[in-house]
Amino acid sequence: MIKHLPALLIVIPLLVAIITPLIGRINRALSWYTATITTFISFVISLSLLKTVLEQGRISYWMSGWEPPWGIEYAIDYLNIFVLIIISFMAFVGAIYSKKNIDIEIDEEKKPFFYSVYLLFVTGIMGMTVTGDIFNIYVFLEITSLSSYALIALGKKRQALLAGFNYLIMGSIGATFFLLGIGYLYLMTGTLNIADLAVRLPEFYHTKAIFTAFTFLAVGLLMKLAVFPLHFWMPNAYAFAPSTISAVMAATGTKVAAYVLIRVMFTVFSLEFYAQAPFNIQYILLVLAVAAILAGSIMALAQTDIKKMLAYSSVGQIGYILLGITLMNTNGMIGSLIHLLNHALMKGTLFLVVGAVVYRTGLTSIENFRGLGKKMPFTMAAFTIAALSMTGVPLTVGFVSKWYLSVASIEIGMWWLVPIILLSSLLTAIYFWRIIDNVWFKPALGEEGLEHGHDNHRKPKSNDAPASMLIPTFTVAMLCLVFGVFAYGPVSLAEKAAMILLK
Amino acid sequence: MTSIFPPAIVFIMGALLIPFLKGRLKSVYMLILPVVAFLVLRGIPEGNYVIGQIMDKDLSLRIDRLSLVFGYVFILATFIGIIYALHVKESGEHIAAFVYAGSGLGAVFSGDLITLFIFWELLTISALFIIWSNRTKAAQGAGFRYLLVHLFGGVSLLSGIILRVVETGSTDFGYIGLSGLSSYLILLGVAVNVGIPPLHGWLVDSYPEASVTGTVFLSAFTTKTAVYVLARAFPGEEILIIAGLVMAVFPIFFAVLENDLRRVLSYSLINQVGFMVVGIGIGIPLAINGAVAHAFADILFKSLLFMGVGAVLYRTGTAKGTDLGGLYKSMPITMIFTLIGAASISALPLFSAFATKSMIITASGHEGMTIVYFLLLFAAAGVFHHAGIKIPFFTFFAHDSGKRPKEAPLNMLVAMGIAAFLSIFIGVYPQALYSILPNMVDYVPYTADHVISQLLLLFGAFSAFAFLMYTRIYPPEKRSINLDTDWFYRKAGPAVVSLIGVPFARIYAFLSRTVLETLPGFLAWFSRNPYGAMKIGADIILLSLSGGGKEAQKNLQKEKAAYPGTLKEWSVSTAVTIALLIFAAYLILFFFSQ
Repeated sequence: MIKHLPALLIVIPLLVAIITPLIGRINRALSWYTATITTFISFVISLSLLKTVLEQGRISYWMSGWEPPWGIEYAIDYLNIFVLIIISFMAFVGAIYSKKNIDIEIDEEKKPFFYSVYLLFVTGIMGMTVTGDIFNIYVFLEITSLSSYALIALGKKRQALLAGFNYLIMGSIGATFFLLGIGYLYLMTGTLNIADLAVRLPEFYHTKAIFTAFTFLAVGLLMKLAVFPLHFWMPNAYAFAPSTISAVMAATGTKVAAYVLIRVMFTVFSLEFYAQAPFNIQYILLVLAVAAILAGSIMALAQTDIKKMLAYSSVGQIGYILLGITLMNTNGMIGSLIHLLNHALMKGTLFLVVGAVVYRTGLTSIENFRGLGKKMPFTMAAFTIAALSMTGVPLTVGFVSKWYLSVASIEIGMWWLVPIILLSSLLTAIYFWRIIDNVWFKPALGEEGLEHGHDNHRKPKSNDAPASMLIPTFTVAMLCLVFGVFAYGPVSLAEKAAMILLK
Repeated sequence: MTSIFPPAIVFIMGALLIPFLKGRLKSVYMLILPVVAFLVLRGIPEGNYVIGQIMDKDLSLRIDRLSLVFGYVFILATFIGIIYALHVKESGEHIAAFVYAGSGLGAVFSGDLITLFIFWELLTISALFIIWSNRTKAAQGAGFRYLLVHLFGGVSLLSGIILRVVETGSTDFGYIGLSGLSSYLILLGVAVNVGIPPLHGWLVDSYPEASVTGTVFLSAFTTKTAVYVLARAFPGEEILIIAGLVMAVFPIFFAVLENDLRRVLSYSLINQVGFMVVGIGIGIPLAINGAVAHAFADILFKSLLFMGVGAVLYRTGTAKGTDLGGLYKSMPITMIFTLIGAASISALPLFSAFATKSMIITASGHEGMTIVYFLLLFAAAGVFHHAGIKIPFFTFFAHDSGKRPKEAPLNMLVAMGIAAFLSIFIGVYPQALYSILPNMVDYVPYTADHVISQLLLLFGAFSAFAFLMYTRIYPPEKRSINLDTDWFYRKAGPAVVSLIGVPFARIYAFLSRTVLETLPGFLAWFSRNPYGAMKIGADIILLSLSGGGKEAQKNLQKEKAAYPGTLKEWSVSTAVTIALLIFAAYLILFFFSQ
């Protein structure tokens, strides 16, 4: 049983996804229980795999007992267990949270269907993470993408359909590029196993076919990762999807894409490839990363809808992740990996908060946040913590990422990156702190006349989010602080992963 | 890990309990916190202690003579400030105040740069909450500008720290000195908090906008923490002497012209910090002692003055010189305390600043810095002018405003009483303060020479004030809300003040406009529609390059008028095209760069 955990991780949610609509026939409410229990089991399995990896190192599981490279291998090392923990945890949190959220954001009769697709999505992202076969990654990528198109289109606003459709087009192009890249690799080496590819590929590094393969893979993944200027699908997708889905996708979807990019760039290909490439790939990616950091923050400033603002801010944060990857040194990789975790926590919290606000007020405009501090104090406390993290205040996770990325930039002599990294956090501060000001210090819309000065006796009744939303939100927010202070655990895991990737 | 419990944590953790307590219990609890912090601090012997870890870096606590002085006075200021604020019911401001004070404590006791930076940022954020707690429109704007300026300082400090850590491999926070990019960045970050011109705008912008009780806290911690960092990391840097002199001299002109009394006090705060910065710049043990001692005394008398003016503001609803006057009749106790504060800041013999400021001035004399010496004397006279005379005169005497407010509440009076007592105590028995100063220096303030020259100086300043008042040359109390260049055009006041003041005021007005209005204004405009804004920018450049026909100009006008319009959404086809373009660019690079 224990031996088969890597397979069970994928098989359980996949099977449950299929039977969920049937369970929903018996009683719609049951579908929530199945989804929550299933994601919880996945999370527990991930934890047990983490224990195994920490004790024994890389796990290699042979599907149906076929020896790789012929059979499909599930390979789990420090890198994917790190990502796996993040996504299985956020999927679990999202499942708990969804109970009340979809009450109002999804039609009643679609609930079982929602959970079925949700579990498929979870299957897909976890499959992409654990598999050691590049074609298998593509298969899971398509499962993930198809289910996320459906999940986005489930949003109640009419634009949700369009947003889902746009994502479908962009996502399909990205996936096709990725597939073409795999095709070229297979043609040249005759293998699809990632570990095997890593061994066989170096002798072909100089060929044009491999350059083309890399180009296809890179551009395809950058689209999936929503790197500026390939981010177009993201803002609308996040803005019109149900809040649970915005939170889960922001916290897991792009993270997995980043994981695959890292895997392809540093396991399938290697530093040697970049060293002998005819032009400096590092610089190109670096320019994209810097552009993403700045453009994301500036576009976020312009938004009046909180969900879109968060989506654009994700564009900027993805820039940080890409920056760490392209620095190609240990601290940069640590910064990048740790930011995968940190951004999942911060953005997860923020979207969960938005979901709670939508639940209570039904609105997502930034104006609408005025005076919420009194009405929803705990939710807004979570928002404030996450916003502090986004600004990169010390003792929060955001600071840890900034620190490693800055140190890495100086180490490779690009000290001019430091002001970019740090000043963009100033822009972040601008767009988050105007909301915090609204939340805590301004009277709610329509209540301006009711309170004057600092001596107001009338206290609006606190009407915070229901516990099933508040507890997950607050837990994730607290983790922003916990991993900001006790960063050593994730950092040491990320360091081990980085060492292997950059050897 | 050791079992050492940092005093900063007493405040910060202690603050979290405040919202759960009510009434008397809450008051008692808040008063006990500083006492606990003091006992905790006394319980830790001098030395360095590792108290935690973040990433792979140790966080450490350092207790030595230099940090202890600041620690003591910070705890004292918290105690006084809390008494003064006991009547405030809302927990929010109290929490912010304790976190703020705790951050100050944490910063001065930090043994490494990371700990310092942690508390540095916490200081900024908690100060922001204190300012915002006033809940006025002006406070919100000022708070936001405060945040931006200080985050900018924080960015500079952090860049410097990271550079330094990578260069030296250690996070140790000790003497840094000016050499290399990292030290300049650190100094720039610290300079923002010290309020060295032209980075001082935030101080006079935000402190007068905070609540009556909030300003008392604000006046004590941010600048003094920064002074501590200067004393620790940059003693003896000559550039600090110049910076300090500018700080000591230039606010005098503004303080004289300003009508809002809390703004006058903010200027005088910069002026007093200027003395400290000069002392650190001189760098000899006596000067460092002077700077530290003056910081100690300044926290007391400056909060006393802010409390006095604050009490008046609390009772009358205004702190404008034009609207006050004659209050001595109904607020006599507040008047007495304010007068004690005024006497202390003016360095009257037997009051605190006499024992502390003179150390700095004497040190400059010892070092043979004649110009510095005389400029400091001039600044000292100026202090007497605006803080020593103007504040009490316009508030309690001058023309009778007819206002008869009640005496300040008891808790305010107690707080002022304590600060007043200590200010006199230090003046009468300075050895008590001298004995805890970082350097062992034998200094006697009360020599006949000192006393007489100081009295002469004060007498001179007073006669100047009397003369100007009598001949009506003294700038009259005017309702200028914000001092700006236009003040001089409108009221091109009599010679002396404006002759020296105009250039200063012009530079100041330009800088403050740029930092506080133009830049944020531009950002706000830009952010409404970045694409549109960039397009307008591009068109303007094109127009100026091509010389531009009428048609083009008309188009630009139209574009500007339509701004911000609706945000453009990118269509899928554009997105796909861009993706393909990037892909193609990649391929072309690969194939043709071989």
